[in-house]
Amino acid sequence: MKKYDTPMLDELEKGPWPSFVTEMKKAGKKNEMANDAVGHLEKCFTTKVGYWKHGGIVGVLGYGGGVIGRYTELGEEFPGVKHFHTVRLNQPSGWFYTSKALKEICDIWDKYGSGLTNMHGSTGDLVLLGTTTDALEPLFAEFSSRGWDLGGSGSDMRTPSCCIGPGRCEWTNYDTLDLIYNLTQEFQDELHRPMFSYKFKIKAAGCACDCVASIARADLSIIGTWKGDIQIDQAEVKNYEKNGMDINGEIVSMCPTQCMSYDGTALTIDNSECNRCMHCITRMTKALQPSGERGATLCIGSKAPIVVGSLLSWVIVPFIKLEPPYTELKDLIRKIWDWWDDNAKPRERIGEVIEMKGMRSFLEAIGVEPQPQQIKEPRKDPFMFYTEEDIAKFKANEEEEKKTGKYNF
Amino acid sequence: MADKHCDGYLRFTTRNNVEFMVDSADKVQALVDDCNAHGMMPVGGTGAGVTNIVHTQGWVHCHSAATDASGLVKSMMDELMDYFTTKRLPSKLRLAVACCVNMCGAVHCSDIALVAVHTKVPTIAHDNFKNMCELPTVIASCPTRAISPDPAKKSVKINDAKCMYCGNCFTVCPPISIKDPERDGIAIVVGGKVGSLRSAPKFSKLVIPYISNDPPRWPKVVAAVKHIVEVYASHARKHERVGEWIERIGWERFFKLTDINFTFQSIDDFTFMRDTLRTASTFKW
Repeated sequence: MKKYDTPMLDELEKGPWPSFVTEMKKAGKKNEMANDAVGHLEKCFTTKVGYWKHGGIVGVLGYGGGVIGRYTELGEEFPGVKHFHTVRLNQPSGWFYTSKALKEICDIWDKYGSGLTNMHGSTGDLVLLGTTTDALEPLFAEFSSRGWDLGGSGSDMRTPSCCIGPGRCEWTNYDTLDLIYNLTQEFQDELHRPMFSYKFKIKAAGCACDCVASIARADLSIIGTWKGDIQIDQAEVKNYEKNGMDINGEIVSMCPTQCMSYDGTALTIDNSECNRCMHCITRMTKALQPSGERGATLCIGSKAPIVVGSLLSWVIVPFIKLEPPYTELKDLIRKIWDWWDDNAKPRERIGEVIEMKGMRSFLEAIGVEPQPQQIKEPRKDPFMFYTEEDIAKFKANEEEEKKTGKYNF
Repeated sequence: MADKHCDGYLRFTTRNNVEFMVDSADKVQALVDDCNAHGMMPVGGTGAGVTNIVHTQGWVHCHSAATDASGLVKSMMDELMDYFTTKRLPSKLRLAVACCVNMCGAVHCSDIALVAVHTKVPTIAHDNFKNMCELPTVIASCPTRAISPDPAKKSVKINDAKCMYCGNCFTVCPPISIKDPERDGIAIVVGGKVGSLRSAPKFSKLVIPYISNDPPRWPKVVAAVKHIVEVYASHARKHERVGEWIERIGWERFFKLTDINFTFQSIDDFTFMRDTLRTASTFKW
């Protein structure tokens, strides 16, 4: 095995935080690809530029996604990374593992790839870094035989992911783990066979804390919420106060809707004015608990800045119940994809298409009524579209008003 | 560690921390002691502190990287270690690194984040264009409409005055090259969040437009991040995220408190200009 001099990377073996260089070098001791990856990285650090080429089309039979081609410009100098493809494995919901399962993955990966992993990629997949084209079919066969499957890549439904949900969080409003497992099974075709204009990400968060960053990073953001009152355990409120919490300063005055008050003996909440932001509940979990109907708010369209600026997801469905078999949500997802398919240009995310075609076109296509919950504020300009049907409805309403003598605005 | 203390069970968090789970409070201390004894398994990242930094692949494995993400993260976390193991910040602080403007990490909605940027108009290997690229795709890839056909060369030309170096044309067309070792660098954005607690989710906003790539440890970038963390730590109210603190005091006050030079790059001249310019005379000196 070639020995690389790595003065730049060696600097990153110092200091208290775990060193990725140390781990890469460890892998490099038993694997030539990992060894060359270390040498290749030192070269990048020395010249301050990367050498990976654009991905090529590589994959496994029957799948269009899951493997990302990667080659270096410096194949002669670093033969071990001449091919260095990425393999994405679909992670379990909530990233729960046993050490046995992880060892099994790493053993297979040591056999066929560089042994280097990325736990996890930003979409959620368990990412295996660096293998050759020849190794793809045998490694996939071996992962498959142990029950693992590839994740998404390219213009497909990307591997859905979720927060820890009821696995260990008291704030969740639905079973994020089950929903994501169920959607992954339901949409296997869309996950493995890229047929869309571009990527489509689905992320499920159990509450408005949104630990899985669904509002920022998912084309479809599913954010748990509830409809009932917040139940208050006044004895626990007193306990928080006794333990040093300034109830008025930290809770009441930080409530965004000012719907709470505390007089030193009892906390009260005007639930009709609460917007369920989760601040008070996360600060006083033992004292406050949501109640009533549970479900989620659906938002659409978030993405990173390419091409014309970042988007946060927009509310489309204020409330949906989420219980197996999730038929209403699945039907809606199919309608969303249909409209996107009909209207998108290549490499256009759904948020961008909605910006081009208008929210009305999108909402009408998926059968959702306009509601004030969907907007921060109404439009500011007077440049509106009126269809003949819109005008007919306004006129019919005015006819009705004449009959009843009562305005209906 | 999981075999010894947790019957083999473990998980990863959305910030890529490893989480060991035990079924009894009695088992916690032994696990923590063992992690600390290991030397490279720091215990922390919960509550009002810094947790693991979400980042992209960088020079380790990505074709469009303008910097190395792992190296930046290691360098920052070595300096911010105390904020990982303690809970003495006003609120949680989410850091992220993206090695190009594709932003595979949630950089656009983090408390403090780094994004690697290009600063030069790409060059084009015209001879390869017709063999490797689709003309309409390349033209459509440009957010500022800076690309037009160059029929004589069977290629495209780029209007220098319109190009803002996003690199999207490079992504769809390999003969277009945008990497530049002396000009690629790091921008710092602050004030984003994804949770809806107290205030709505927010984008991160640009405060430092450019620091040169300086591997292996990017000392100026690390110093800038640490400085912003420290100013936040000493000025924000309990529970306030970075973005909430800045919105309360005002951006003009943020630039004053941090002593960061305000530059033209912080004034939006892209898609969000209308929303971001000030329309009132009520600001602070």
